[in-house]
Amino acid sequence: MSAKHSEITIIGGGVVGLSVAMGLLQAGRRVCVLDGADSDARASQGNFGLVWGQGKGWNFAPYAKWTGEALAAWPEFSAKLTDLSGIDVALDQSGGFEFFTDADEMDEFAGMLAGQQSHIGNRFSHEVLSADDLHRQIDGIGEDVVGATFSKFDGHVNPLRFLRALRLSVQALGGTVKTNAQVTSVDPVTNGGFDLTLANGDTFGAEKVLLCAGLGAMKLAADLGFRTKIRPQRGELLITEKLRDRLPFISSTIRQVDEGGVQIGGTKADAGMDDSETLDVMAGLARHAVQVFPALADVRVIRAWGALRVMSPDGYPVYAQSNEHLGAYLVTCHSGVTLASLHASVLTDWIEDTSAAPDLEAFDEHRFTLSNAA
Amino acid sequence: MNIASRFQTPPEDGEPVQFTFDGELVTAPIGTSLAAALLSHSGDASRETATGAGRSAFCMMGVCFDCLVEVDGTPNTQACMTLVRDGMVVKRQIGLRGLTGGNDV
Ligand SMILES: Cc1cc2nc3c(=O)[nH]c(=O)nc-3n(C[C@H](O)[C@H](O)[C@H](O)COP(=O)(O)OP(=O)(O)OC[C@H]3O[C@@H](n4cnc5c(N)ncnc54)[C@H](O)[C@@H]3O)c2cc1C
Ligand code: FES
Repeated sequence: MSAKHSEITIIGGGVVGLSVAMGLLQAGRRVCVLDGADSDARASQGNFGLVWGQGKGWNFAPYAKWTGEALAAWPEFSAKLTDLSGIDVALDQSGGFEFFTDADEMDEFAGMLAGQQSHIGNRFSHEVLSADDLHRQIDGIGEDVVGATFSKFDGHVNPLRFLRALRLSVQALGGTVKTNAQVTSVDPVTNGGFDLTLANGDTFGAEKVLLCAGLGAMKLAADLGFRTKIRPQRGELLITEKLRDRLPFISSTIRQVDEGGVQIGGTKADAGMDDSETLDVMAGLARHAVQVFPALADVRVIRAWGALRVMSPDGYPVYAQSNEHLGAYLVTCHSGVTLASLHASVLTDWIEDTSAAPDLEAFDEHRFTLSNAA
Repeated sequence: MNIASRFQTPPEDGEPVQFTFDGELVTAPIGTSLAAALLSHSGDASRETATGAGRSAFCMMGVCFDCLVEVDGTPNTQACMTLVRDGMVVKRQIGLRGLTGGNDV
């Protein structure tokens, strides 16, 4: 049993599970990460790599604040990743644009950003740029663009390199990451702790269990008595051939990876667990990209994919501790790249319940019970 | 399935066409892929990667992207997926392409 027992077992080795593991290992815990099958839906392998604040929590102050803190914590986090893994995740926080081709949509978004600003003051910053301002600032923006919003705190990383850096960092800190380790049941043990059973029949013991399995948490969360209903939301994206030139902006729908390829994305659809890409959505993305930056018309798309976002009912993170089974936690969120800097640092204090623990009451899952009752 | 149905017979006796490769005149039978024409012309690398390593056509079936050249000003064109044409202007693809087309544009 002892080789298969750990102080803390994390179910799920995506960016959320690995970030949390990194924090706990730095706090001196013994951590084992059990990661499922290659066939699982894995948002961490299909995302856009934004480290992004604009629009986040505009009508929910705790999320606006949490995101603002995450952005501020990224430089230190990124340096730590490089230290531990030898990988530079290409963090660039030089500011990001949201481009608009519809004036009403832009006004509405500007209103949301004003709300966000009122929640968190100087942890956020935004400008609203008219078409003239924008064309003066950036060469080559399309005629159809009516304006943009800009936040100097927004940016991005190389998403796949980030995932790899996280995994290597966890290993460098002495953590274990088991692949092909799909947990099928988590059984609370009478004297405390849990027995885990894997799909291949192996069993595994742990004092604490953190459920960070993305969409794979749906069943296990219910088994452990958590109420959060996680749902998939499909996003599609295009990747172009690599370019020698740098795009003169980062935006939430068009961004250039440090290696030169351009990612175009940002679509949202409810398609259940179907993560395939669709021709009309791909065409729409290409049209959008050319509308915003016409020079892209000549550039080839070489890859396209769909991936499933991990969404809680209200889209905000869930940090919940089971009332029924002491030592069981549910940690899940959309924007797991952006929030990773906090998951790998102060979230540890919350799990360890130290005096430095951040107040995460607003992210408990009892908010879903309350709204169901209302 | 017999082999002839999967592979095209090389057009040995096709009409010759002429194109330039980095300014040099190359002759090949009509119906030849540009990659085959470049390989039979010389064993030299027909492109350089972003880090300056030489490459030439490898898979000949549109998969490996090692055959990229610039054709009539269009960068990153797969030579194995392109047939030779009279008067084609072909250049080595040196490193990544620029945002606005090849060196000609
Ligand atoms: C198209 C798209 C674009 C996005 N863009 C951004 C962005 O720009 N910025 C940003 O911050 N966020 C972005 N996100 C969101 C971000 O990718 C996710 O929040 C994050 O990847 C979630 O990570 P995760 O670890 O919770 O889930 P996942 O990556 O899904 O990882 C869950 C892991 O758990 C494992 N697992 C599942 N079930 C089990 C089981 N029973 N036992 C053991 N292991 C199990 C799986 O194998 C998987 O490896 C985007 C998402 C998508 C889909
Ligand atoms: S030789 Fe492989 S793609 Fe052309």
